[in-house]
Amino acid sequence: MSTSSVTFNRRAFIRTSSLASGGLLIGFNLFTACKPKVQPPVDISQLNFNDFNAFIKIADNGAVTLFSPNPEIGQGVKTAMPMLIAEELDVAWNMVYVEQAILDTENYSGQIAGGSQSIRQSWGPLRQTGATARQMLINAAAAKWGVDPSECSTSEGIITNANGETFGYGDVVKEAAAMEVPENITLKEIKDFKIIGTDARNVDIDKIITGKPLFGLDYKVEGMVYACVLRPPAFGKILDTYDDTKAKSMPGVLDVIRIGEKAKELTKEGVGNWTAAMGKSDKVVVIAKTTWEALKAKEALSATWVDDAVMESTEYQDEQLLGLLDGKEFKTLRKDGNIDKAFSQADKILERTYESPFLPHNCMEPMNFFANITDEKIHLVGPVQTPEYAANAVAGMLGRDVKDVHLEMTRMGGGFGRRLYGDFVYEVAEIAEAIKKPVKLVFSREDDMTAGVYRPAIKYRIKAAIKNGQVTAYHLKEAAVGGNMYGLIPNFFPAGAIENYQVDVANYQSNITTGAWRAPYTNFLAFAEQSFFDELAETMEVDRIQLRLDLLEKVKGTTDERIQYSPERMQNVIKVAVDKSGWGKKGDGVFQGFAAYYCHNSHVAEVADVEIENGMPVVKKVTCVVDCGIVVNPLGAKNQIEGGVIDGVGHAMYGELTFVDGKPQSQNYDKYRLIRMGEIPIVESHMIQNEIAPTGLGEPTLPPAGAAVANAIKAATGNRLTQQPFSKFPELMKVPDQPIIG
Amino acid sequence: MPKYDINVNGVSKSVDVAEDTPLLWVLRDHLDLVGTKYGCGIAQCGACTVHLDGNAVRSCSLPVASVAGQHITTIEGLSKNGDHPVQLAWKEVDVPQCGYCQAGQIMTASAFLDKNPNPTSDEIKTAMHGNICRCASYTRIHRAVEIAATKIG
Repeated sequence: MSTSSVTFNRRAFIRTSSLASGGLLIGFNLFTACKPKVQPPVDISQLNFNDFNAFIKIADNGAVTLFSPNPEIGQGVKTAMPMLIAEELDVAWNMVYVEQAILDTENYSGQIAGGSQSIRQSWGPLRQTGATARQMLINAAAAKWGVDPSECSTSEGIITNANGETFGYGDVVKEAAAMEVPENITLKEIKDFKIIGTDARNVDIDKIITGKPLFGLDYKVEGMVYACVLRPPAFGKILDTYDDTKAKSMPGVLDVIRIGEKAKELTKEGVGNWTAAMGKSDKVVVIAKTTWEALKAKEALSATWVDDAVMESTEYQDEQLLGLLDGKEFKTLRKDGNIDKAFSQADKILERTYESPFLPHNCMEPMNFFANITDEKIHLVGPVQTPEYAANAVAGMLGRDVKDVHLEMTRMGGGFGRRLYGDFVYEVAEIAEAIKKPVKLVFSREDDMTAGVYRPAIKYRIKAAIKNGQVTAYHLKEAAVGGNMYGLIPNFFPAGAIENYQVDVANYQSNITTGAWRAPYTNFLAFAEQSFFDELAETMEVDRIQLRLDLLEKVKGTTDERIQYSPERMQNVIKVAVDKSGWGKKGDGVFQGFAAYYCHNSHVAEVADVEIENGMPVVKKVTCVVDCGIVVNPLGAKNQIEGGVIDGVGHAMYGELTFVDGKPQSQNYDKYRLIRMGEIPIVESHMIQNEIAPTGLGEPTLPPAGAAVANAIKAATGNRLTQQPFSKFPELMKVPDQPIIG
Repeated sequence: MPKYDINVNGVSKSVDVAEDTPLLWVLRDHLDLVGTKYGCGIAQCGACTVHLDGNAVRSCSLPVASVAGQHITTIEGLSKNGDHPVQLAWKEVDVPQCGYCQAGQIMTASAFLDKNPNPTSDEIKTAMHGNICRCASYTRIHRAVEIAATKIG
């Protein structure tokens, strides 16, 4: 039996209210005493998820509604989080309705989608919530029967006593809500799970396949108007003058306004600078009766812009980053031993530089948001990964009390990090404040791709010393746009495995807005390091799998508390991947590449199988082995694994946004290549079965994919790819006339 | 502004819009049929796919003037109860992640299977290649089309 270490204080825990439809709403308010002050999620590792709350609604007829607190961006938490409550509440999953909770800072906290943390952080609190409610229902039934609660059991929403008498949860919910809140709640043993570990379909599946309004772009209210915004054509430009004569004469156009003053205030305070794409400039807004009329009239605006900063091109940024790598201005994030001494004594040194481009997020649903601002209320509706931060920022920007903000989260057509940044919320708030009407801000695809908060271009230089057949030093240098790797990343593998180890970072402050993109930093760092280890094994003339296993062996029993990854779990996923992928046993014509990586608290190993078609390597299959602890919803987990792997392969192969004089060179999908059906590998996924508390899956399968593919391409062609996207280097992808030996 | 008569999901509708208004925005903003999604506006991503006299077309790039008098089917009208074999296969496989592109995927797949009820795996890949899924739920889309084919073919 696992007994919860948390006890509840009644005042903080429960609120009940009658429902118009009958039944009761029970509000479970956990840990309200330690609510954190919300800060912008620049550093995702700093987010506090410990303060959870959930609502359970039980109707008189026993129907159960569970409110899913966190934003749904396609990672499946709207299905998986309620599963945790339902398991311990002990109801049948098919009796459960799930609703998206609104932003409610009184009763919830940590309502955020980021860092693959929702399941990890809610594993304890949400099960405790369900178990506490179940115990109260039992206590109520026992009191009615005049028996001891310990004589009662539950199953699928029915309470049974020793005499075989039964009550449905709906029969006793009123009494239950008045019960004392029990302490020392006992949670189910893993072997008794009926819902956790079973396949649950996406709770919105019926609505998705029939086209019901679910997304922010689908939301509308009576009298709503549409806004499209003309932003600077290039990063570094600010608005000077504009001419709206033509736009104003176009059908459906209601107004053209200039905004920016309030957003600039936000930037000044240092709160919104990282969120405000092109935030220094004023913007011109077309207000129209329909989306099309607004989009079209925006095109009819003419404006003049002035240069306010360096108008950066990709070549310029590359020079800056390479200059940083060559220079001496680094911040050291971790230093073990003495790398300089080890390099001076080395038999051999391997050094490589890896380079990545900027990437837009390209959520399929372009950025959009609804606002209606009155003296009484700031009503905000739409897709945002950080609703609490957005609400606070809007209230601050408008000089209003945050209590006036009513924010509803819609299902999101993708997030990938882009919707952590609320620039579109501030824009629509400023527009709504100015026009005093309900308004929907809509980004065109071009707006979405060119006013982004991009994955920054990053370059890594890795250098290793080899002495007497051992890796004696490892020096990782990062030069990145905007910021640097944070939190625990410098303590990921191979930290702890190599005696002399150092991580140094430097950054270049560009005027191009950058931010989190699915698996921030590790999405490219994994490529660099896992490519490097492959080449290191070749240089050392040792087996590439064994090299990794041997290094991990050295981490076992470490007393270094900064090391988060488990060498045992990492070795295990590696061994399973070797086994399941038929590593080294594939016949002629199949070239395999290996990569393993730990991030977002999960351990992943991947093997890519490449075959040659028309003289070029084609990724045919990726075997992916994941240890994310207990898998809450295997059906959803598999979807995340497959999507993460294909996303990783796709962006490594094709993803790139370049700039000329501050202007993004891709504006839409005709000039930006995303992986499509005809290019996907088969993904074979394996999840390690264990009884360890679950960790996240939204991100960790993406980072190793690029390295597995590059290592397989090396096996197929003899060429090492050190820059992404691979498609930019067709000469390195070509298969040589002579067969590859070895 | 001119008036256009269009038949959407078996119902005749009259809309009063500029002639270059794409069918997509007529559906979404004028007829409240928001199941058809805006993705790119230039017929590159497939999120806006609907059927025009049974053929899969990109509604974002079809001016309403060009479809007057023709029969349009959207995701809302693909089946009465959400039980078209393609929809059922999507549910069986649990295809969606974020779900935004799926209406377009389903409309492409259903028009394709109407014409080719027994496709090969490569034919499915070719047919679905024009629809982007940013979450990369492609392996499940492929599987769902295969399953739907067994029910239709």
